[in-house]
Amino acid sequence: MNQAATQQPATEAADKPPVSSIDLRKEFESVAIAPVLEQLDRELIGLVPVKTRIREIASLLLVERIRQKMALATTFPTLHMSFTGNPGTGKTTVAMRIAGILHKLGFVRRGHVINVTRDDLVGQYIGHTAPKTKEILKKAMGGVLFIDEAYYLYRPENERDYGQESIEILLQIMESQREDLVVILAGYGDRMEKFFQSNPGFRSRIAHHIDFPDYSDPELLAIADLMLQDQNYHFSPDAREAFVRYIAVRKTQPLFSNARSIRNALDRIRLRQANRLVADLDRVLTGGDVMSIEASDVLASRVFADSANGKAR
Amino acid sequence: MRVTQGCFSFLPDLTDEQITAQVQFCLEKGWAVNIEFTDDPHPRNTYWDMWGLPMFDLRDAAGIMKELTECRRVYGDRYIRMSGFDSSHGWESVRISFIVNRPKEENGFRLERQETDGRSIRYTTRAYSVDRPEGSRYAGDA
Repeated sequence: MNQAATQQPATEAADKPPVSSIDLRKEFESVAIAPVLEQLDRELIGLVPVKTRIREIASLLLVERIRQKMALATTFPTLHMSFTGNPGTGKTTVAMRIAGILHKLGFVRRGHVINVTRDDLVGQYIGHTAPKTKEILKKAMGGVLFIDEAYYLYRPENERDYGQESIEILLQIMESQREDLVVILAGYGDRMEKFFQSNPGFRSRIAHHIDFPDYSDPELLAIADLMLQDQNYHFSPDAREAFVRYIAVRKTQPLFSNARSIRNALDRIRLRQANRLVADLDRVLTGGDVMSIEASDVLASRVFADSANGKAR
Repeated sequence: MRVTQGCFSFLPDLTDEQITAQVQFCLEKGWAVNIEFTDDPHPRNTYWDMWGLPMFDLRDAAGIMKELTECRRVYGDRYIRMSGFDSSHGWESVRISFIVNRPKEENGFRLERQETDGRSIRYTTRAYSVDRPEGSRYAGDA
């Protein structure tokens, strides 16, 4: 039938005789790594350990390609990763990005992300877990399987928990089909540490343990600027100053979750800005008015009120 | 006698590489690829057994090829086929189906003639293999 796919031609590398020397720059440009890394630097603030690791992986790809052309032994690197860090440090965001990066670098074939938690992997009754886990794994083939809050998979307090079964299947596939699938585990640092302690097999099968540091104040401000820019807003100079103070105060309060707190704060600031604009109906709004966030929008936050009360008490 | 059902059955058996390429083609079309097996090769036998659960929403052929390997391990002595099901409105049917595994010996079909009223004759075919009970039809050949 003519609708059938034709077989892929053999790769070029296999046909050519091995070469003895290679122009590194030419090779570097042909893989188009540089734009990927530049985009990463531009769009993600901070996260130095993460960027370093991605850079290393990209370099490895380049070297492996060159080795292949020189007909030297190449082995497929283990790319399974574990992301640990406090809430809001960008674990999920990076995981979504990494699939695209690995795809561009040629480590995964399709570059999609399957985002799962315990519910998607572990069944409710005997015999339910294995098909469920396998189905998810099949869906993730050729891409990245992102297991958020992976420590929930293992519940030591219940010895009949089906999580263990799921873990065993995961481990087996992670080992046997490294070329087809990249598994990324994510979770808060201390709990992931406990998880790895009780499942030593996991730790050794994961090559990249990346710890996400907390953001510094200037980084948080830069993140806020970037978020606003994406939404076509900007701080007025006063508002920016107020927001610097907001970050400093918010950090000392409980339940601070880095970039997520910033995003929520910006959402509330936008609400207040909208309210301020709507309060005065008898005026003509310019684009600048609608885009600009004033100091009063920031200062009305409950965060400042709470900190003032705290001092008074 | 070589059974010729579905796509590519007049070609030499597909290699795993070729099967992978076909499966990937189906997935890129958005079809659900499933694995079926049987030991009753009659062309009118539409009721093949399904291997495992239907596989929807896959992106890469690797998962399906793994299932095929498993299926061959268990039912390597039977016919195994892949089918691509198109769930889009208006089609809702199998768009492609091809055999990916055959028994070692395909012993073919017997043609039976039944003399009926007058000088009429009714014809029917019956696979030699179905003379043996289900499950052990190709066991001796594997």
